[in-house]
Amino acid sequence: MTRFMYYPGCSMDSSARAYSDSIDEISRPLGIDLQEVDDWNCCGANEYMSISQTRAYALISRNLALAEKQKDGTDTLVAPCSLCYLNLAKTDHYMGEDAGLRVKLNTALGTAGLSYTPGSLTVRHLLDVIIEDIGIDAVGKAVVRPLAGLRLAPYLGCLVTRPDYADRWRSHEHPREFDRLLSVLGAEVVDFPLRTDCCGGHMTQISPATGFELIRRLVDAADRLGADALVTTCPMCQMNVDAYQGEMNRFFKTDYHMPILFFTQLMGLAFGSPPNKLGFGTELVSARKALAKIGVEVPEAPQPEAGAVPGAARPRREKKPQGLPMPRMSDDGEQPR
Amino acid sequence: MPAAGQVKGRPNAKVRSDAIDLGFLQEVARATAGDSRLEMCIQCGTCGGSCPSAADMDHTPRMLFAMVRAGMRDAVLRSDTPWTCVSCYLCAVRCPQEIHIPDVMYVLKAIATREGTVPDSTAPDFSRTFINNIHRYGRSFEVGLVARHYLRHYLTRLPGMAPMGIGMVTKGRIGFRPHRIKGRDGLRRILVRAAELEAEA
Repeated sequence: MTRFMYYPGCSMDSSARAYSDSIDEISRPLGIDLQEVDDWNCCGANEYMSISQTRAYALISRNLALAEKQKDGTDTLVAPCSLCYLNLAKTDHYMGEDAGLRVKLNTALGTAGLSYTPGSLTVRHLLDVIIEDIGIDAVGKAVVRPLAGLRLAPYLGCLVTRPDYADRWRSHEHPREFDRLLSVLGAEVVDFPLRTDCCGGHMTQISPATGFELIRRLVDAADRLGADALVTTCPMCQMNVDAYQGEMNRFFKTDYHMPILFFTQLMGLAFGSPPNKLGFGTELVSARKALAKIGVEVPEAPQPEAGAVPGAARPRREKKPQGLPMPRMSDDGEQPR
Repeated sequence: MPAAGQVKGRPNAKVRSDAIDLGFLQEVARATAGDSRLEMCIQCGTCGGSCPSAADMDHTPRMLFAMVRAGMRDAVLRSDTPWTCVSCYLCAVRCPQEIHIPDVMYVLKAIATREGTVPDSTAPDFSRTFINNIHRYGRSFEVGLVARHYLRHYLTRLPGMAPMGIGMVTKGRIGFRPHRIKGRDGLRRILVRAAELEAEA
């Protein structure tokens, strides 16, 4: 077993439960032991940096300090979310480079009896650890049910390979490692030119027209290449492309149907785990048709615990999408590109 | 939208010379963690040419940085460019001068938030709601955040979003109770002290 410190991030027990469940499932066949940082806090996502730099870095540094205190047999802190990974790596990097920031953050951390020595942890994305430390060959050896017949578009998103403070990736724009990882699972991997393009991040919340266009580019490219699904490494990308695909379709009057799955779900499938333990069925753009191609039946979404969700037992009738107010369209009246 | 008195694509129109603050470049560079390298910009435009959301910006990043250097403080802080930045770091890895472009955008957003010069955008309010949840719980609280944000800013989007909302609920992807970390008091102390240190600088 290879041990790593683990920072799951806030989305893992809600919107990205499929990611969390599938990571649990593949840990044993990969021989990885993820030790969760005790009492970690939110990394602030994209939001805290827009309010206050010092507070944003201080928020993130608390996690680094807790992980440093807890580390036992490993210096590697792994994050499965690309934005959490960036924030943790960035704070470690700038605390090392900027003495003023380091003093400020350690002074602030001191009020809670904490401190952090930059460089004492190596912050890495889960994908990077699987590719470099476990190895693509070892992943291939664990495959018992090859995904032959499934056409996948590898979608890394922006923050796995950028800005890459530690120079881990050979290419920041067109890395091929993720393609190879999906290939050894037995899947057919399309040459997806948008593999490190942006999903729009929080734009679906604050500037929908901008966000929808970025989502449209991704699903359109995957669709033209005949992919059955996009494969992602980030909860934010999954949420944007999956949950907002319907609204994007209404915005552009298009009819894309492009499921987006976590790479760990597909690894679990290839390793022989049952689909219901890998979070399949929780995607809003159903992967049923895609997975039927390889003889896998997508289970009904697991129902949340009784009483946890008020009114969830009886979803209301869907309203007609016609005639409802739409977000702003392009001014010139042309069809958006 | 261009700020009042400003012509889109012609940011220097109607800028009065007494509104010029030549110290602005230094102010921004100082507020950026590490070495921003902002003063090294050679105005090549690689950033704007790489940017996936440049078409929706008041000013391309290249133009915005020229304005920073020209001391057009007010026009920069009223530009929607930093708020339209998606933080994808494509400009950052392509910039021949290795300027920390997304970090500079965050700094411009933070200054604009502090001074209340934010352009017409729901973004700062989204950020504030997000961080208020962190202050309260120590973790993000997705459903609380999104519910408040949409009720406040996007009522007209709600009907179209019903299928998505129902889907997220029935598929068990929404946590209805926020997770509270144990070290909330410690975290608050850390953030209060960090705010004091930032104010001193």
